[in-house]
Amino acid sequence: MNITRGFTGRPRVDDPGLPPGQYDAGDEWPVLSAEVTPDLAPADWTFRIDGLVADPRTWDWEQAHALPASAYEGAIHCVTSWSKFGVRFGGVSLDAFLDVVRPRGSATHVVAYAHTGYTTSLPLSDVTGGRAWIAWEYDGRPLPAEHGGPARLLVPHLYFWKSAKWIAGLRLLDHDEPGFWEGNGYHPRGNPWEEQRYSGD
Amino acid sequence: MPGRIGVSARTASVWRTATLTEIRRETPRVSTFRFAVPDWPGHVPGQHLVLRLVAEDGYAAQRHYSIASAPDDSGHVELTLDHVEDGEVSGWFHTVARPGDRIEVRGPLSGFFAWPGDRPALLVGAGSGVVPLMSMLRHHRARGLTVPLRLLVSVRRPGELIYAREFGAETTPVFTRSAPEGVAVGRMTAAHVAPIMAERPSGGWEAYVCGSNSFAEHASRLLVAAGQPVERIRIERFG
Ligand SMILES: Cc1cc2nc3c(=O)[nH]c(=O)nc-3n(C[C@H](O)[C@H](O)[C@H](O)COP(=O)(O)OP(=O)(O)OC[C@H]3O[C@@H](n4cnc5c(N)ncnc54)[C@H](O)[C@@H]3O)c2cc1C
Repeated sequence: MNITRGFTGRPRVDDPGLPPGQYDAGDEWPVLSAEVTPDLAPADWTFRIDGLVADPRTWDWEQAHALPASAYEGAIHCVTSWSKFGVRFGGVSLDAFLDVVRPRGSATHVVAYAHTGYTTSLPLSDVTGGRAWIAWEYDGRPLPAEHGGPARLLVPHLYFWKSAKWIAGLRLLDHDEPGFWEGNGYHPRGNPWEEQRYSGD
Repeated sequence: MPGRIGVSARTASVWRTATLTEIRRETPRVSTFRFAVPDWPGHVPGQHLVLRLVAEDGYAAQRHYSIASAPDDSGHVELTLDHVEDGEVSGWFHTVARPGDRIEVRGPLSGFFAWPGDRPALLVGAGSGVVPLMSMLRHHRARGLTVPLRLLVSVRRPGELIYAREFGAETTPVFTRSAPEGVAVGRMTAAHVAPIMAERPSGGWEAYVCGSNSFAEHASRLLVAAGQPVERIRIERFG
């Protein structure tokens, strides 16, 4: 790294909760999406899991809500450098959905896709074991459309582009198939603690 | 929704040292910074790069900036930066930077907001959101392209209109706080979009919207209401 003449930067914060290169956005929650925010009513929302599973299936809004509720409280990290702490999401653990469809042993990756056409790819192991949710509540209220409502994928231990807004489904695969940003130079996994922002990081 | 071009993973990952060669003031709060970038792999209008400033203790700040210049073989790229109040990176550029300074860049990134100059382009921007759209307009001119291109740009007052001298008949500025004599004041409305939509170029418009989140929401809703298909609206939000 070449030092930039006269650049000191903001005072360093020693915050063990903050991944490298991130800053605390406080109360702000910037919106980043490349598509038009869809006008999607809960009654029109569906969520499907197929691909390498024993029993592919589609849930509607009510069927998804009949699964056991699960919440996430903690931080989220965006690749554009902001992190947000103490966020509270409510929904259902992805494990509850996967238990129903029963992934085959050969499944290693998933492609998550949105009702808008957005896609993102993830290792299956990153969306199992209580680390991923389908979320429809934020701070005890319905998730706003610009943040992915009526429901989004939530994978808070990875950069937030993996947490597909307006989630429509997951397809289980036996290989990695790059999604929207992964095909645009972004990292296949996106672990903020290893600062995996772009491919090659 | 597919990207317009592919982006090489290798290109995205290499840091290059860029040397600042020129600073040009655009408005009281906005300047253009020209860099020589050895081995710049070239870009397509609409793409952005990632820039990094490094302090002596190794602390680094990274930000994304759209490329303002048209693709050419000069070995240079231009960025246009708004001076954000207390901005860590834009503050350094506007108060410390001078020609000869070296910084690090990587990219270009994002094939999604790219415009190769093929389809009719309907460009809608606000504030510094006009930057990637300017690269498209400049490309259109430099290549003498005949495919239609229209630019709607929203700005608070005339003195804040970036690139004002370069705009021609393809551009309609919209002034939200104060306007020159005889020009209406107010935010962008269906009336600005309708005449452009009515042109119905062959193949239809590919729309590119860039600006703050609230502007992007507003402008994209206007386009959808005017009949622009959602899958042909590409949005870049500067946050
Ligand atoms: C794809 C893309 C393209 C872009 N293109 C352009 C462009 O062409 N021109 C342009 O001017 N901008 C562009 N931007 C915006 C740019 O990336 C920067 O966000 C902008 O320049 C502000 O950076 P900064 O370091 O000056 O300000 P920052 O220091 O990042 O401050 C911006 C805001 O963030 C908050 N903030 C940031 N860091 C901290 C911190 N450590 N502690 C507390 N608060 C903090 C502050 O509230 C402040 O108001 C683009 C953004 C994206 C995503």
